[in-house]
Amino acid sequence: MAPGRLRSEWVARLFVLFIGLGVPMIVVLVGRIDRARVINVQAKMPEVGGWSPVELSAAVGEPLDLRLVSDDVVHGFAVGKTDIQPVDLIPGQVTEVSLQFDKPGTYTFYCTKWCGPNHWRMRGTIEVTGPQFSPVAPEPPLYMSLGIDLDLPHDVHLELDRKPSALNGEALDVVLPEEFRTREYYLSNSPYDTWLALKELPAISHLNDAEVWDLVAWLWASNSNRDALKTGEELYRQNCAACHGEAGDGKGVFTRVEDNDSHAESLSKDFGHALVAPTDFTDPSHMMGSSSTLLQGKILRGGMGTGMPSWGQIFTEDQIWALVDYLWTYQFQMED
Amino acid sequence: MLARVFALAGFILVILSSLLGTPVGSRNFAIIIVWIAWWASLILIAVPLLGRGWCSICPIPMPGEWLQNGAVLGPINNKKGFGLNIRWPKKLRGIWLQNVSFTVLALFSIVVLTQPHITGLVLLGLILVAVIVSIIFERRAFCRYLCPVGGFIGLYSQVSPLELRVSDTSVCADHKDKTCYTGNQDGYGCPWGVFPGGMVKNTNCGLCFECLRTCPHENIAVSLRPIGSDLSQARGRKLDEAFKAFIMLGSAVVYSLVLIGPWGVVKDAAFAVGSFPWWLYALAFLLVVYVILPGIFYLAVRYFNHTIAVNREPARSFIDYSYTLIPLGLAAWVAFSLSFVFANFSYLWPVLSDPFGWGWNIFGTAGIAWTPYLSGLIPAAQSIVLILGLFWSIAVIRRISSERNTPILSPEFQPWRIWPLVSYSAFVTVGLLWLLVG
Repeated sequence: MAPGRLRSEWVARLFVLFIGLGVPMIVVLVGRIDRARVINVQAKMPEVGGWSPVELSAAVGEPLDLRLVSDDVVHGFAVGKTDIQPVDLIPGQVTEVSLQFDKPGTYTFYCTKWCGPNHWRMRGTIEVTGPQFSPVAPEPPLYMSLGIDLDLPHDVHLELDRKPSALNGEALDVVLPEEFRTREYYLSNSPYDTWLALKELPAISHLNDAEVWDLVAWLWASNSNRDALKTGEELYRQNCAACHGEAGDGKGVFTRVEDNDSHAESLSKDFGHALVAPTDFTDPSHMMGSSSTLLQGKILRGGMGTGMPSWGQIFTEDQIWALVDYLWTYQFQMED
Repeated sequence: MLARVFALAGFILVILSSLLGTPVGSRNFAIIIVWIAWWASLILIAVPLLGRGWCSICPIPMPGEWLQNGAVLGPINNKKGFGLNIRWPKKLRGIWLQNVSFTVLALFSIVVLTQPHITGLVLLGLILVAVIVSIIFERRAFCRYLCPVGGFIGLYSQVSPLELRVSDTSVCADHKDKTCYTGNQDGYGCPWGVFPGGMVKNTNCGLCFECLRTCPHENIAVSLRPIGSDLSQARGRKLDEAFKAFIMLGSAVVYSLVLIGPWGVVKDAAFAVGSFPWWLYALAFLLVVYVILPGIFYLAVRYFNHTIAVNREPARSFIDYSYTLIPLGLAAWVAFSLSFVFANFSYLWPVLSDPFGWGWNIFGTAGIAWTPYLSGLIPAAQSIVLILGLFWSIAVIRRISSERNTPILSPEFQPWRIWPLVSYSAFVTVGLLWLLVG
């Protein structure tokens, strides 16, 4: 054999070796060095997979670039407990977002569009690592420190002729004892308990039942403010109305099943449990027995053996209180 | 050679991106390159026009072959390669194992096609098996007896307008050494274990062109020919290939139904590997492919033999006539592939720029959104392809029915008597038209 052929054989072997080992090594190395990665995130209806990938990671202060695509319907992307602006994911379009986190921790990203009956299950997490480790343990939720059991029945049987009005209550010009006017009292007592306690006060024994209810409304209104109510209303429209209904009557689009049994059946299959009608916030029997802390706890924790999601990872403390304030507007005439 | 090395580089890139890249199927380089780009070029271009053209550059057997040969370019001073060079067991010859390997892959395909890391593991598994087989057995045993796609590429390569044949068989008969089969210092004996001098069909010729190097008489040539000429070649029709025709036709029908059809329940079943609905799907798939389609065809062939009073073994006729399904099956696959290849082709641009989903933008195409191409033309194209396939199949039925031992040559034979076989093909075509075009 000619020596020329042996030489070209060696060239060929080196070439093959370069292609076979060199190229992959270069690719992996460059990938390691190149930290500024854009991660493709695919959104699908939760029934067929939800977010993928469902777990993301980032470092404090470093951008997390995402390229979001929806495979089916319109979804939304938002990160809970941050001021990151939510974006819409239109099918067929690529939506790019760049996120940055100031604090380490586990963040939850979620869909903001009512994409299907399991919409609220469409969540994922972003693990943000960073140097500042916060040794302060998060405070336990208020319902725990107050020892309120979220799962005890709290309904009272109540029928009111009209919505109690804060303005009417204020007009009665009654000076209530200090203990009723503290924030703590408002947080830990239900309107019904408050009404019962006020009825016991000799100073206002001349007032009729409806007028005492007006006083309760006034107390509740004085623990809320216009901004909180506005925030609460917005959050309610975006997140709660799907099940609890725009009117707060528990008849949201996701639960309109009474005229269609097979839909109910498929829904309960999707949910993995029997359908439980969402709470009707307009029903005084149900609401007047709940304290604000109880409502806050239920929103925070979710569960209850119903389809109620847990919002603790998504809403900030203030947002949840704003929502609670807003829920009371279904019972009380807060303003004119 | 260079093409093969680049194919290998691409293959490695595909495996890397499938395992390291984004888990999002439609954004993963491996999924798009393999199941859209490669598949499109294979089934729409390579197989119909070049037959086994893909096999000639396929990277999967390469590392094993280099080990087996102990060289990359060609034989060096009688140096032996690395491996046992055992002959492939006689009982396992033919494409039965390929029929099985394709079927197994087909049962899991909905998952393989959409999950990048599963695609990666399958490709890694294939290359691993190919290396092991090359070390134990002689020649390209993996390609000929095991490769899940090799079987149907071989079957359909019979229609291709390209062939490698000897020019003058008497030269081969007089040539004592048969270097095309045994190899010499210029090249290796046929890696596919075929003796070119006796070759009448494309089926087992891998177009590796070693014989062009080893033939001392320059008696071998690659040439163009009328399409489909192998189909009327009566020699070498076998039951395993006959079944391959049914497997391919059947899986095209099942895929059209599962992937293109509107039935979510079936899609879910095919996707939920291991679940009870999936087992039902698998059972139905196997029944359609191995029992129902061949069974009805067998009855049609028997009835046809009966009506023309031919005294031929039905099993033999079954094998002969199943070759009429080759153009039909290829048309079915082309039509089925048209339904998703052009619709999803635009996924290629982002993954080319960003193969790993790491935020690269090599060609500036990372942000290109999905747009279906030619969606208005595809149904028409599919219909034309399917109808051409049907007419081609009818032409082959006529040709095969006029072969030896059939009384078609007698003046009493009326051409319309082939109707049982024609109706079978027509029925399948109508079914596919309904599923794919609507």
